[in-house]
Amino acid sequence: MNVIEAEDLVVRYGTATALDRVGLRVAAGELVALIGPNGAGKSSLVNTVLGIVRPESGRVAVHGRAALVPEGRQLFGDLTVDDNLALGAWRRRRDSKARDTGKVYEVLPGLVRLRKRRAGSLSGGEQQMVAFGRALMADPDVVVVDELSLGLAPLVTADLAAQLRTLNAERGMAVLLIEQNARLALDLCSRGYVLEAGRIRAEGTAAELTASAEVADAYLGAVL
Amino acid sequence: MSDFLQYLVAGLAVGCGFALLASGLVAVHRVTHVVNFAQGMFAVVAGLTAGSLLSAGLPHGAAELLAVLVAGAVGLLVGLIATGKPGTSAQSALIVTLGVGFVAYAVEIMIWGDNPRSHPGLRGSVQIADAYVQKQSFLVIGVTAVVFTLLGLFFTRTYLGKAFTACASNPYAARAVGIDVTRMGLIAFALGGMLGGAAGVLLTPLLPISYNSDVLLITSGFAAAILGGLTRPGLALVGALILGVAESMVAGYLDASYQTVVALLLMLAIMIWQASQRTSLTEEAAR
Repeated sequence: MNVIEAEDLVVRYGTATALDRVGLRVAAGELVALIGPNGAGKSSLVNTVLGIVRPESGRVAVHGRAALVPEGRQLFGDLTVDDNLALGAWRRRRDSKARDTGKVYEVLPGLVRLRKRRAGSLSGGEQQMVAFGRALMADPDVVVVDELSLGLAPLVTADLAAQLRTLNAERGMAVLLIEQNARLALDLCSRGYVLEAGRIRAEGTAAELTASAEVADAYLGAVL
Repeated sequence: MSDFLQYLVAGLAVGCGFALLASGLVAVHRVTHVVNFAQGMFAVVAGLTAGSLLSAGLPHGAAELLAVLVAGAVGLLVGLIATGKPGTSAQSALIVTLGVGFVAYAVEIMIWGDNPRSHPGLRGSVQIADAYVQKQSFLVIGVTAVVFTLLGLFFTRTYLGKAFTACASNPYAARAVGIDVTRMGLIAFALGGMLGGAAGVLLTPLLPISYNSDVLLITSGFAAAILGGLTRPGLALVGALILGVAESMVAGYLDASYQTVVALLLMLAIMIWQASQRTSLTEEAAR
């Protein structure tokens, strides 16, 4: 069963076409990478999948709950870490237990000591962890991670990638990882798409994409 | 000394009214980034409505409460007109609120005429030293203290209040977690309407109002609100109290016609000071 299904999505901002008949699917429990250069339309695709942007045409369906770890973290800087996490459960607000942040602190114990700190005062890595935690508060079937590595040190990125892998393995949570760092994305995910200028240029398993001379040349820096 | 005390308490009461108006401006601006120039109109509508309801025989308390709710409904309507269309910019919405304020003039004149009106508030006065201070002034100060405490608790302790702060802090992230930012903006307009309405029903017994009293009210409310950058209600309260006392002293010792000039000068001084702070910060960062 697919948790995300998008078909023939067209998104335009004025006269500029951000997405041109883009299709994508993510199966339950699957780790999928979406790679591409700046301005390829990756964030437009994310925003369309999550209903933040309405497509001009095409179809998008999310089966189950989806949560976003946005590009640049996008925390509520004036609120505490605990408040940021609690607001992640907004879609489930009628369930009073949903706001209990305890489960997230069990999964991400590094956040416990930060719980009363203002989110805006944290380091980039800490903020990314809060953004993860906030997404987990939605109890998602699929989490969309927009630029995991952006602005983070390689060690911090590797740690966060390991956390994602663990969450995927232990909770069966599907992941759609949008990344400029293609090597990281294809190492982490089992399948992937390459988006360029608003169009899907290639798709396949991570192994197939890694083996592709075109992808390796454009995104992996050198032929492997 | 007795005059001074009288002007001081009267100024604090009027300042509290400005603070309620300013907090309405802040509530709307924090969530929507719209400067709501119809905010003064909410006070006028509520003040005049309360007078009509009292004349119709409704008891005190019920009439004022109903008038505040009417102002809340008007606030919601203004919010719908100004921000209901998706993609409306904050600047366009500002102009719409200004236009709605002018349309409201016509409606208010049709219903209540163009003469200033007042309604009785809390009767009597209290003697402090040699000064006699109206009980209504203490009522305004007391209600404002309660409203600000409740607002503080709402924004810092409740889930909905934190969602409001989230919309102000990062609207994109708020949308991403599922908060309907447009709906929150409309709630903020309704809240702004009720806060403006509270100012109207409390101030009308002290200052008779007419359809165009919104100009004085919005000028003073805006001057107070910009002290807190239109985002911090606590600083808006401080600004409003300073302004209320300054206007009261000017009216008492000089001439009441200079009151608006005082508000405008204070607003200008604050804006120049804030601009100079920003410039010095930019220069510091450039070094």
